[in-house]
Amino acid sequence: MIVEALILLCLVIGVAFNALGVLGLLRFPDLYTRMHATTKATTFGSIFTSAAVVVYGAWIFLATGDSQFLTLLIHALIAIVALAFTNAVSSHALARAAHKSGILPHPAVVDRLAEVKP
Amino acid sequence: MIAFAITAAVAMGMYLIFTAGSGNIGYWSLSELIAAVGLGVVTGAVTKEFLCHRHEYRMANPLRFLLIPVYVIGPFFLEMMKANLDVAYRVLTMKIRPGIIRVKSGMKTDLGAFMLANSITLTPGTITVDIDEATNDLFIHNINLPEGDEEKEFFTGEELFALANLPAWIRRIAE
Repeated sequence: MIVEALILLCLVIGVAFNALGVLGLLRFPDLYTRMHATTKATTFGSIFTSAAVVVYGAWIFLATGDSQFLTLLIHALIAIVALAFTNAVSSHALARAAHKSGILPHPAVVDRLAEVKP
Repeated sequence: MIAFAITAAVAMGMYLIFTAGSGNIGYWSLSELIAAVGLGVVTGAVTKEFLCHRHEYRMANPLRFLLIPVYVIGPFFLEMMKANLDVAYRVLTMKIRPGIIRVKSGMKTDLGAFMLANSITLTPGTITVDIDEATNDLFIHNINLPEGDEEKEFFTGEELFALANLPAWIRRIAE
């Protein structure tokens, strides 16, 4: 009962943040600010939906001892780690490539990078 | 030789984690254990120059790499939660004041700069756009700069995080 509530809570948080990420992607003005919205969706949204799978797998595994749920739990954990790494590295690569190819942040109060590398 | 042993052990460990739950010896079947040893040795021989290309073995110390999960679950998760709620608020109200600032990371090693840059990118509201590889300075795109911050030439890593001192944690792990 408590575990079910925990799984539901994780799913609700995850889906809510993913929805906010989509909203931000539509509303924000330029590439960099949009990327803030999408990193938010991946970090919180997808980590919490995967965390729901981890909790479910651990719960069934402890109740029945069926080792295929151990596999499920571990693979969901690996998915979280992989998401965290690829999200950080790929959004850095995208932002760097965009800045190098001349897409400057459009509403911006300051741009120290453009001052260094004209 | 040390590089080969470390790479083989890491590859073997990863394979065993992936295949946990396949049989009865511990959680593995005999064929998976044999495959883990074989693949670990092959992977170690082929990729040892990639994992250990500087031949520094600080991170092989278990005190250091066991601190990484503590760091991620503790102070880093706290910062990420706060930043997520902040960006959620900005998505709904559109109160943004974006800008790219220069941050003196103060990290001496590549791994330290890498961990700090990734921690900054993973907290929403800040993205590492570029790194000055000579000085390990980071260029951070911040979604909401407080009034007056665009005048400042440099920031320190500590100023980016309000709740926990993440640069000090990273220095403890990687330097």
